[in-house]
Amino acid sequence: MRLLLKGGRVIDPSRDMDDQMDVLVEKGKIAKLGKNISDDSQGVGAKGQKGDLEIINVQDLLVVPGLIDIHCHLREPGFEYKETIQTGSEAAAAGGFTSVACMANTDPVHDNRSVTEFIRQKVAQSDLINVFPVASISVGLQGQILTEFIDLKNAGAVAFSDDGKPVMNSALMRRALEYAYSIGMPVISHCEDANLSNEGVMNESFVATELGLSGIPSVAEEMMVARDILLAQYTRTAVHLAHVSTAGSVQIIRDAKNRGVKVTAETAPHYFTLTEEFLRDYNPNMKVNPPLRSSEDREALKQGLRDGTIDVIATDHAPHARTDKEVEFEYAASGIVGLETSLPLSLRLVEEGVVTWKQLIAMMSFNPARILKIPKGTLKAGADADITVVDLNKKWTVSRDTLHSRSKNTPFDGWEMKGKAVLTVVGGKIKHREL
Amino acid sequence: MKLSRKDILGIKELGADEINLILDTAETFIEVSTREIKKLPTLRGRTIINLFLEASTRTRTSFEIAGKRLSADTINISSSTSSMVKGETLIDTARNLEAMNPDVIVIRHRSAGAPHLLARMVKQPVINAGDGAHEHPTQALLDMMTIRSKKGKMEGLKVAIVGDIAYSRVARSNIYGLRKMGAHVVIAGPATMLPRDIERMGVAVYCRLEEAIKGADIIMMLRIQTERQQQNIFPSLREYANYFCLNGENIKLAKEDVLVMHPGPINRGVEISPDVADGPYSVILDQVTNGVAVRMALLYLVTGGGQ
Repeated sequence: MRLLLKGGRVIDPSRDMDDQMDVLVEKGKIAKLGKNISDDSQGVGAKGQKGDLEIINVQDLLVVPGLIDIHCHLREPGFEYKETIQTGSEAAAAGGFTSVACMANTDPVHDNRSVTEFIRQKVAQSDLINVFPVASISVGLQGQILTEFIDLKNAGAVAFSDDGKPVMNSALMRRALEYAYSIGMPVISHCEDANLSNEGVMNESFVATELGLSGIPSVAEEMMVARDILLAQYTRTAVHLAHVSTAGSVQIIRDAKNRGVKVTAETAPHYFTLTEEFLRDYNPNMKVNPPLRSSEDREALKQGLRDGTIDVIATDHAPHARTDKEVEFEYAASGIVGLETSLPLSLRLVEEGVVTWKQLIAMMSFNPARILKIPKGTLKAGADADITVVDLNKKWTVSRDTLHSRSKNTPFDGWEMKGKAVLTVVGGKIKHREL
Repeated sequence: MKLSRKDILGIKELGADEINLILDTAETFIEVSTREIKKLPTLRGRTIINLFLEASTRTRTSFEIAGKRLSADTINISSSTSSMVKGETLIDTARNLEAMNPDVIVIRHRSAGAPHLLARMVKQPVINAGDGAHEHPTQALLDMMTIRSKKGKMEGLKVAIVGDIAYSRVARSNIYGLRKMGAHVVIAGPATMLPRDIERMGVAVYCRLEEAIKGADIIMMLRIQTERQQQNIFPSLREYANYFCLNGENIKLAKEDVLVMHPGPINRGVEISPDVADGPYSVILDQVTNGVAVRMALLYLVTGGGQ
């Protein structure tokens, strides 16, 4: 099975390319990129398909390396009523993602190789997208004892994170950074001082004061951003910071990068799209952790994306069933689904002039691949044929009823979107198609 | 004039004209409670459910009496546990209650926003009887009624609210209401009790009781919740009483005709000394009396009453 994508605008940040190109895929790999790759040489007629070659006209469409989500929750094993690897992969493919990294806060926790193997088995069964499991830093996410990093790596884990919970014990975090770095594995930190966030349910601010909801101060995040940066600097290791949400965090990361600290960071579309003002009617689908912040924070995040302080746009796709959400605001679970809305929301950044096309595609493919050290995020010849084709002009409306994810907890229900992934190719095979 | 809204969820969304309508209506009901036969036929055949999912004696009793004095059938559902603990969600509780066709649902809940969730679910009017640290609109209305009847106005008065503002729905509702009615509101408490950016609600902020009550026409003391000590909001009741208790001495800083108010239940000797609570400035029991009238007015208005 071969595939020829004809006439698209190819943006490949891995080699600084933005040009009209044809892309030929053979045996699951990128075979070649070039102007007017000849149909005849492949023995193909005008009908578009002959033999084992499928030709797809992608003129006026964007052809980019398959999108990579460095941070999502697929909920399996243990919370299959929220999401499964199958349904989460369907949502990812529909959203243009060819690879995702799934977090370890499952039940049982992904803290030993039997869970890694289980996840990989489920991924193989679904045969949709690449799923890279992230194992936990601590046994049972308890923040006490390191998991078996080397064994987990050998089983197929790509990174370590206690995401969902902070590693409050600084000594444990230090050892995790050292041990992981020595085996070439990234550590992803959920930055939250749990004592400061306490029982907070939204950003601590005037809006929280008016709503009478207990607040999570921005400093609860910034303290841990600063701590992890200091630990990485001192131990001469690297750290990746998950879901950065505050202006203060952006500033601390920017300063650290300027000092040469090996720190990378991600934010998510809801943080550069929404603010705490959306909480005014106590909508549980606006409840996330870290919480939606102020408009000043939102602007600082955009600035951080623009100047490269923030490397990655992640979804933090966090499916929750209606039963987890349709309760009093303070009892509602934190998190929103994001795999199917991330791309169009991120495209707005280019439209608003915040980032360039190359920057955006890098933040959604090349950079997460580099941080996870996976051979993805490029359209170079010989690379895995993971490709996303985007129709920038496709207008559509988000509807919870048509989401592929098993859970429907989107804050963007009813939002008008412009731009959509219309073709998702994974390993040379078409996994989602709308053209 | 009639009320043009289905629910009473907070003072924030009420206009001054609506507040005046409610207070004017309440005043017409005051006299009923002084009769030998304390009953009007106004809501005969109507059903009011008091859904109290957080402990309450005063507010629940006040709503119940208000309903009964208007001849409504009042049903109390009391539970100090949350709906989550009970195993049934608030939404399911709401649907079940709605299916029994009540005319008004009054809700008290420990979670901010719970009445809003209920109001979205049911077609009947919902009255918020206190939600978390958010709002307690009927308390603010009875406070405003008390001030208006004692002082003849609210405009231009200096009102000091002292205590755990961060945790107080009474403070928030009163700030909204009193500001709309033209009063000058100041608040005081240690910084741990002052929520972030509270000054943006249009109040002057002090950290000492004495500064706030200087020249005040009205002093509202808030109840200290002892469980807040565990969160290090204050070091000890002893220290709080020493520095934030309204007593016979510091009250002299206020105007000579100051009114002392408290939403109750009072911690004697903690936020207010017994001599002040029982003294000549205290209108604490007038507040309770007016509470019944205000709640009668609201029940009357949300069921379509009004000229």
